[in-house]
Amino acid sequence: MTDLNKLTISDARDALRKGDVTSVELTEACLSAVQGAGALNAFVHDTPDLARAQAQAADARIAQGDAPAMCGIPLGIKDLFCTRGVPSQAASRILDGFKPEYESTVTQNLFDAGAVMLGKLNMDEFAMGSSNETSCYGNVVNPWRRGNDEAQLTPGGSSGGSASAVAADLCLAATGTDTGGSIRQPAAFTGITGIKPTYGRCSRWGIVAFASSLDQAGPMTKTVRDSAIMLGAMCGHDPRDSTSADIPVPDFEAMLTGDIKGKVIGIPREYRMDGMPDEIEKLWADGTAMLKDAGAEIRDISLPHTKYALPAYYVIAPAEASSNLARYDGVRYGHRARLAQGDGITEMYEKTRAEGFGPEVQRRVMVGTYVLSAGFYDAYYNRARKVRTLIKRDFEEVFAAGIDAILTPATPSAAFGLGEMTDADPVQMYLNDVFTVTVNLAGLPGIAVPAGTDKQGLPLGLQLIGRPWDEGDLLNTAYALEQAAGFVAKPAKWW
Amino acid sequence: MSIDLETAAKVAKLARIRVDEDALPALAEEFNTILGFIERLGEVDVTGVEPMTSVTPQSLKRRDDVVTEGDQQDKILSNAPDAREGFFAVPKVVE
Repeated sequence: MTDLNKLTISDARDALRKGDVTSVELTEACLSAVQGAGALNAFVHDTPDLARAQAQAADARIAQGDAPAMCGIPLGIKDLFCTRGVPSQAASRILDGFKPEYESTVTQNLFDAGAVMLGKLNMDEFAMGSSNETSCYGNVVNPWRRGNDEAQLTPGGSSGGSASAVAADLCLAATGTDTGGSIRQPAAFTGITGIKPTYGRCSRWGIVAFASSLDQAGPMTKTVRDSAIMLGAMCGHDPRDSTSADIPVPDFEAMLTGDIKGKVIGIPREYRMDGMPDEIEKLWADGTAMLKDAGAEIRDISLPHTKYALPAYYVIAPAEASSNLARYDGVRYGHRARLAQGDGITEMYEKTRAEGFGPEVQRRVMVGTYVLSAGFYDAYYNRARKVRTLIKRDFEEVFAAGIDAILTPATPSAAFGLGEMTDADPVQMYLNDVFTVTVNLAGLPGIAVPAGTDKQGLPLGLQLIGRPWDEGDLLNTAYALEQAAGFVAKPAKWW
Repeated sequence: MSIDLETAAKVAKLARIRVDEDALPALAEEFNTILGFIERLGEVDVTGVEPMTSVTPQSLKRRDDVVTEGDQQDKILSNAPDAREGFFAVPKVVE
């Protein structure tokens, strides 16, 4: 077999079980793909020794029979996940040198299932960003280009390293996290699939916290089937995360029948934004037609509070971030500023945090501090939480009226150029998450599926939003969409 | 609501992030852009709406009040920038 790094999880699993390939061979193919892809800047801490040891153990387990689906599958892990003995710094200078003494529950679950870790993946600092330009490791580059134009494009963010690595076949799949769209937006920008499950499906334990009431981990993969397989291995109840749901995890892959006859798909009118590019409009209409042709009933719906989602998010997420990031004080881990004669503990905090946090993180921590400060708590933070209640209620009402899933564009545009947004004000960058952020605020599962390309040949994605805890049904609808869209384009290798 | 330099400096102080004096005007301007965006929330009628506390209706699980994972002093201190004699070390706090 050639090009083993290009396999999907499901094909690799079948080949491993048949004995056509070993995990060691798969892993070596991926390690050399990673080595040759420095120009993408996707992998930031390689772990080849660990990968080879895990691959050998996986081969032994497969030889004994009855190995789980993820056994022997080489993955990339977002730098936000704490991995024992391996640098885990959330792409921030403030966690420089941090090597956790513990393993995040999600990575432990994957390792228990026999998965192989190739290394840690680049991302926006503390997952705050939509273009992977806030990382202390530098920008990630999208493997896709606008035709023959050599301009470097963003892979999206914050899981930009994960998206770039999967799209460029450096690994079979990757972990991501999603607080406002950080799995779905980069998946859409790179022509891959990514699902953010229902809040509480994946344990947050050992994942560096950004906004705890919004953060969820999920898989970023080449196909919907792979997302079903990998999500099943990632999630499950964890007593170490008090918000982790104690409910059974179904066999998501077994639910992929492709049959969506009689399903009711909602098309929310508020997602039709002014100035939306024609190509996005057309993609959405095409996707709607595909689901209809597959036997679904299409219904126009209204989610009236949609336009307040981003402003509510930019109160709640910074508020929670300012609290979560208070722990980076130069005392317990990571960077501590060099102090001047006579500096006390307050100077230590202030200098450490000024040196350790990048501009976007500083901005959000301070906005969060402001909206939580005395006199503004009710006007901003409490009001945002009330609006969040209304946004969730919008979804509850359409689901109660019989909607099975909601179809929207994943992003308002295709991937843009690195540096193109440098002069824009921060709010312009925040608009990237306009279609995805409602899903985090309502705690719902959402999946981005590649569904077409723009006239420059860049991938475009559609998003499906499902009922809480119904990832299986959502994945099946996504599977039907994937089959109808037949997206098979890959970026031409230039790196 | 507009943020002046004094408020920007106060927020930076509360957040324990050192911001140089000459960086304050740009910071205040960014705050004002973001807060202008947030102000839109004022349009929503939230009368009688409860602020969300948990996105999924659930009551937190209880467990016995016992030590679950103790005796890990070495591991806890292993990443500290300055650890001495089994403690985190910081600059002098009390004169």
